[in-house]
Amino acid sequence: MIPAPFDYHRPQSLDEAIGLLTRHGEQAKLLSGGMSLLPTLKLRLGAFEHLIDLNRIRGLDGIREDGGFLKIGAMTRQSALERSELVRRKFPILADAVPLIADPLVRNRGTIGGNVANGDPANDEPAIVIALGATLVARGPKGERTIAANRFYTDLYTTALARDEILTEIRIPLPPAKSGGAYVKLKRKTGDFAVAAVAVQLTLDAKGAVASAGIGLTNAGPTPLEASDAAKFLAGKTPDANAVAEAAKRAAAIAAPSADHRGSVEYKKEMTRVLAARAIHKAAERAGGK
Amino acid sequence: MAKHKISLTVNGAAHSAEVESRLLLVHLIREVLRLTGTHIGCDTSHCGACTVILDGAPVKSCTLLAVQADGAQITTVEGLEQGGKLHPVQEGFTEKHGLQCGFCTPGMMLSSVALLERNKNPSEQEIREAIAGNLCRCTGYVNIVKAVQYAAEKMR
Repeated sequence: MIPAPFDYHRPQSLDEAIGLLTRHGEQAKLLSGGMSLLPTLKLRLGAFEHLIDLNRIRGLDGIREDGGFLKIGAMTRQSALERSELVRRKFPILADAVPLIADPLVRNRGTIGGNVANGDPANDEPAIVIALGATLVARGPKGERTIAANRFYTDLYTTALARDEILTEIRIPLPPAKSGGAYVKLKRKTGDFAVAAVAVQLTLDAKGAVASAGIGLTNAGPTPLEASDAAKFLAGKTPDANAVAEAAKRAAAIAAPSADHRGSVEYKKEMTRVLAARAIHKAAERAGGK
Repeated sequence: MAKHKISLTVNGAAHSAEVESRLLLVHLIREVLRLTGTHIGCDTSHCGACTVILDGAPVKSCTLLAVQADGAQITTVEGLEQGGKLHPVQEGFTEKHGLQCGFCTPGMMLSSVALLERNKNPSEQEIREAIAGNLCRCTGYVNIVKAVQYAAEKMR
């Protein structure tokens, strides 16, 4: 399959890329890893007159700890996250998730920025950045601004990014002591999107009760969802079987998946509940709860 | 729509071409460079028949633009044999009967070569994970894993 014709631009700097975005407006699309964009163009599910390739801009990738945050450049490949010792050590939630994204060949190209900014509720990293309370850094003609991950997703494939803005970095607060996270995903096969998946990050207090929790849901509606009712319910409670079961029920209550070849609405909601319970349990265990 | 002049190295040989923006890397390799060992299977980024090694990492060449490979070093299946001698992975696929119809084989071998360049002593699990993006519909995975193990041994 051959995409419809377009012009290809290869800016060398972020400012040049923003200039191109500003000039071409609605007709422009950013090319990051291209693992969603190329199939979209080939299947002609979407068409753009201008592709702006971010791959040659220096300084947009990398994983580092800085000022109390884990800062991940938007152009960081999934394979780099997968091999990062820092990620493995401090963010088991990401270490769980990344090897389950697509397949290794796709992860060699696909980027966290593309995964987060594409606005596809089936992508895995949106629910994770929501659960982690991450901040997304965007650059536009007027400079840089930050957007809380849980306010980033506005509709299907629609985010808080303006037409002329580029996601440059994901900032994740370094978790305090007694924190743990988990991502539990149900998928039919390698390369498929999630039937359902749940991201949980929590911190326990000195008595082993939940001090704070973040819960994100994948493929449970037109946008990635923040299960804030479930997270609030957990706060102050010991994450025992009853509390976990009730929180999981509350998480599944906000799921509004659509029926497709991966299952019915009822099935997907039920799987969200089951996976939420497993993810909360695992996160609490990793936080040193049990 | 402007054309782009690109140059790239494929199997050690320098090439340059003038390409349309929308030309896919796999079409450059097969139809311009005439290296038809790289296959087009699903054409939707699932099957891995089009796998090539680009700057050290195996990727699906049906899901990359040719212009993105400007300046890149690429290895296709034709680049594995050196001076009439099969690459240990090719030898492994022959010795262990790692193929039936052969359609997935070039991609399967390139994913395996890239794995063995990173990891000299992969476990069975690591081999299976490395080829998870390459589908074999003859269901020859058992022998494919044996072929990669054979090559790993040979390369150590």
